[in-house]
Amino acid sequence: MITFDQTTKTYEGGVTAVKGVDFTVEKGEIVVLLGPSGCGKTTLLRMVNRLETISDGKIMIDGEDSMSLDSIELRRKIGYVIQSNGLFPNMTIEENVMIVPDLLGWSKKKKKERFKKLMDMISMSSDEFGKRYPHELSGGQQQRIGVIRALAADPPVMLMDEPFGALDPIIREKIQDEFLQIQKEVNKTILFVSHDIDEAIRMADKIVLLRDGELMQYDTPSEMLVRPKSEFVREFFGKDRAIKSLSLHTIRELQDIIGLAEFDEGIEDTITINVNHDLRNTLSMLLNQEADQVIVIDDDGNKLGAITIDIVQKYLHFEIKAKPTLVQKG
Amino acid sequence: MDKWIKFLEINASRIFDLTIEHAILVGAAILVALLIGVPLGIYLTTNDYLAETVLQIASVMLTIPSIALFGVMIPVFSIVNLGIGFVPAFVALVLYAQLPIIRNTYTAIRNVDPEMRDAAIGLGMKPIQRLFRVEIPNAFPVIMAGIRTAVVINIGIGVIAAYIGAGGLGVLITQGITRGDNYLIITGSVAVAILAMIADGFLIWIQKRYTPKSIAN
Amino acid sequence: MNKKKVISLIVRYSVYGLVALFFFWAISNNYFGYIFSESSTFLLLVKQHMQLVLVSSALALLVAIPGGILVTRKSFRRAEWVVSNTVNLGQTIPSLAVLALMISILGIGFQTAVFALFIYSLLPMYRNTVAGIDSIDENLIDAARGMGMKPVQILFRIELPNAAYSILAGVRTAIVLNIGTAALAYVVGGGGLGVWIFTGIQLFDNGYLISGAIPVTLLAIFVDYLLRLLERRIVPEGSRPPQEL
Repeated sequence: MITFDQTTKTYEGGVTAVKGVDFTVEKGEIVVLLGPSGCGKTTLLRMVNRLETISDGKIMIDGEDSMSLDSIELRRKIGYVIQSNGLFPNMTIEENVMIVPDLLGWSKKKKKERFKKLMDMISMSSDEFGKRYPHELSGGQQQRIGVIRALAADPPVMLMDEPFGALDPIIREKIQDEFLQIQKEVNKTILFVSHDIDEAIRMADKIVLLRDGELMQYDTPSEMLVRPKSEFVREFFGKDRAIKSLSLHTIRELQDIIGLAEFDEGIEDTITINVNHDLRNTLSMLLNQEADQVIVIDDDGNKLGAITIDIVQKYLHFEIKAKPTLVQKG
Repeated sequence: MDKWIKFLEINASRIFDLTIEHAILVGAAILVALLIGVPLGIYLTTNDYLAETVLQIASVMLTIPSIALFGVMIPVFSIVNLGIGFVPAFVALVLYAQLPIIRNTYTAIRNVDPEMRDAAIGLGMKPIQRLFRVEIPNAFPVIMAGIRTAVVINIGIGVIAAYIGAGGLGVLITQGITRGDNYLIITGSVAVAILAMIADGFLIWIQKRYTPKSIAN
Repeated sequence: MNKKKVISLIVRYSVYGLVALFFFWAISNNYFGYIFSESSTFLLLVKQHMQLVLVSSALALLVAIPGGILVTRKSFRRAEWVVSNTVNLGQTIPSLAVLALMISILGIGFQTAVFALFIYSLLPMYRNTVAGIDSIDENLIDAARGMGMKPVQILFRIELPNAAYSILAGVRTAIVLNIGTAALAYVVGGGGLGVWIFTGIQLFDNGYLISGAIPVTLLAIFVDYLLRLLERRIVPEGSRPPQEL
């Protein structure tokens, strides 16, 4: 758990980067710090592991004032992932991943086992990649190594500063999904900086929206999309925020609540979609294919019914907009 | 201080003459080195095998101690009766200047953004137009850096040339050593340092003046 | 075999040919004679030369590298400008003059030569240490700090290994330069192979000249090669520049 209590950052010249921010990241939650560039989100993140000093107010980690701890000790208990992955070119992948356990004086055997386990999490072979150097890996692989390096000593808290920002969109989505899977297993308390609205909606349990160092709204993604508290929040998420909110729901949820349409057996070559897909993808598929309907199938390929633009629209109006609090992510 | 003023009054014209002599020796060597090195560096970008060979040879050349190279020039040029004086020193300086000039030209042209080159080809430029309008202008600062290195190296090494009778500011220093006269040594050293700084400053000015504004940072 | 390869081979073998021709000419004129007829003097000069280089380089190493490290620490950053410019200015003074000026301070002899060579070796080592450490990506240091590494750990585990390529290149440049400058030690009575080179020039004796100049040259080329091999062994594989991989 991380608690921000009137946390403030003022630079020497008198510029205030973070102004009296208050919020709590509960254990096992992913909270995304979102906002335009220069809003103070990275500064706020770096104050947690004291790479930036705290000018005023407090940051408590599991109830302990971060200033009461030794900064080196504190940082070793907090995983840290940055955009440019920060892998050390002079060390092999194994040495990179195991650096914090090494600093903590783990035994060789324990390190070896831990490395294998971490590499299994991201489906990379520890034998194949362990002895390689960072430059021999693709950007996506490097970033995944950066993530497991932060997890290596099993810190309860993780700080991630636009960790997937440098990746191309397709790989980014894959790694985001993979990371959410890992998070289900490791259940860390995560503070995550992003400037990408879609990423924030995808990853966050809650979003902190910042402007000029001030907290504008702290809410679940769906609340923020559907019930923005101010004009700034409304504009930040844009006119298509209703459509964006669709990405928080799967076809299965829609099926459970309002049901699917009967499908027309007569049409040959109809397109199919898995029932676990989110509604935003489904909608764009319907629009792009210019198809009247798309057949919904389950994991085994059984046809469950059909989905149409009308059904998606109905769900958006009557379920998402009308009962926003019902909707919770994953 | 009075002694200094007196010393400089007596020797001013000689110091000036030797400085000019030094500048001509180095200037001529750099000019010839440029005429060889820049076209060669450009050509090397089209032939990787030759590039490796030439850069290796040039880098070995630069490791040869200056007094040894000057020394060896004497018997070699004695064969054509030019054993001591301007010619052997000039040839040695041309050789020393090659590595920085060739290497920087080669790397600079090679490192021109491939997309820029593609764009030039796409616009229908002929190879020679591409070279003069795209590649050389973009490589210019790095080529100039190589020339500056060569000039500074050569002004320093040129001092040693006094031992093989090529004149220049080294004469003041060598005479100072034999006579035990620190005035001569210091004057010679300061003159060399000033010459190096003026030459470097001049080349920086040229570099800035002729670097396209968009790539100067 | 293509045309480009042929041109390259022709150039390479013509250079080998020229070198061979030079040695053939020198040997047929018995220019290497003194190495054998005065072998004990020759060995003494070689020994003196190596001592000059070793002692001065070792001293320079001990001053320049810690100096470079110190200057790149946060609290000394402001000193960097002053130190770097002083060292740069020092380099524009000709090596011969550095040697000559030392005479009036330290007199004539081995120590004078060593001290001058030491001063002259500082710049390449210092400059490359600073450049190597400065060129390390800020993000790496940030990541290291964020993971809870202490400043000393960051220096030894991140900064020095990643700057090793540049630092060692500076050391190599300095030592090879030093071998050449040590040939000038003769003018301050420091001995070394320069003795024969200068004797040769002054007496117009090509034998002394070649017997001094060629061994110095070979020594420089050999040491350069040796140090390059050493660099390959020491520099961590991942932090070598791309063309060396």
